[in-house]
Amino acid sequence: MNQRYDPKVLALICTYCTYTAADMAGSMRLQYPSNVRVIKLLCTGKVDVLYLLEAFRSGADAVMVSGCEIGDCHFLEGNLRAKERVAHARTLLAEVGLEPDRLEMFHIGASDAPKWAQTVDMMTRRALELGPNPLRLRAGAEQTKELEVRT
Amino acid sequence: MIVAERKGFEEIAASLSGFRKVLVVGCGTCVAVCLTGGEKEAGLLAAQLDMAAQLAGRDQVFEVACVERQCDREFLDELAARAPEFDALLSLACGAGIQFLAERYDEIPVLAGVDTTFIGVNDNVGVWEERCRSCQSCLLSTTGGICPVALCPKGMLNGPCGGTADGQCETDPERACAWTLIYERLSRTGRLENLARLVPLRDNARASLPGRRTHPAYQRRYSAHA
Repeated sequence: MNQRYDPKVLALICTYCTYTAADMAGSMRLQYPSNVRVIKLLCTGKVDVLYLLEAFRSGADAVMVSGCEIGDCHFLEGNLRAKERVAHARTLLAEVGLEPDRLEMFHIGASDAPKWAQTVDMMTRRALELGPNPLRLRAGAEQTKELEVRT
Repeated sequence: MIVAERKGFEEIAASLSGFRKVLVVGCGTCVAVCLTGGEKEAGLLAAQLDMAAQLAGRDQVFEVACVERQCDREFLDELAARAPEFDALLSLACGAGIQFLAERYDEIPVLAGVDTTFIGVNDNVGVWEERCRSCQSCLLSTTGGICPVALCPKGMLNGPCGGTADGQCETDPERACAWTLIYERLSRTGRLENLARLVPLRDNARASLPGRRTHPAYQRRYSAHA
């Protein structure tokens, strides 16, 4: 059975800025790929490196963390901490042999709906270019034995 | 506290080849504070090892446990029910904890996931610095609370060497000369006369054997005639 590769992009985003931007993108009827799965957090400072690794173990093809613009965090430095943790998680991914580019940190302000749409589009295209997360392949091996990779 | 750093991932993964079921054992005291071997770091390492094994097509299972202190028998006992299910234990404790874990579960291979580096202080968030060599003959009362054994690369005990220049060490222009720091601190606290006292040669015989100490209150309990 052939199955189309439909990337799963997980977005861990803060409620104050990026989520507001995503909400506004909906109000503005902006189009972006439906591959993104959003998890809303009070602050990206809540993002733990373990969450990020767990996302890939669970089969996410790409993970984006997006918080407020630098200097705009409601909790002062949550987005800065997230930035450091994402950088650390990328080194851990590289150690195990998974492409670090599957994970990226962004800063999207509350009024920047177009940037949200562009970023989701960019991460979805990146996930398509990188191909399916091999861990996802293993996890769902019986369903995805013959993948047709759409690029 | 004791400061350690995680071994390279490839070294850890290579040491575990041939073991199917591995328990990653964190330690909740020093190595947890220095963000190397606590519960979270054990979880991270187990997740990484699991991902690497899956990517390489190896059939391995990694689980996580964390005890309060691996250098205390009472805490190691907590693993008694679980440990026998595993082919190997990967300890993230300091060298003392790893050895005590291996002694407690001596029928199971115990492997080291960290390199123990020094006894130090938390200088800043995520930064630790060595301050003590546990030399068993503390000079800090006379040296103004600054240890020349740990901080001077040459371990000079009676004043600086000829390599000190403008308060910096000749081995590294970024490093302050420990004896300049000692002089300044003693000067500020009016104790410069301490510098005139010669520190006797260190009794290295004490350091040549593994230390063992019994608290005076317990000496009777452990004496031959108890």
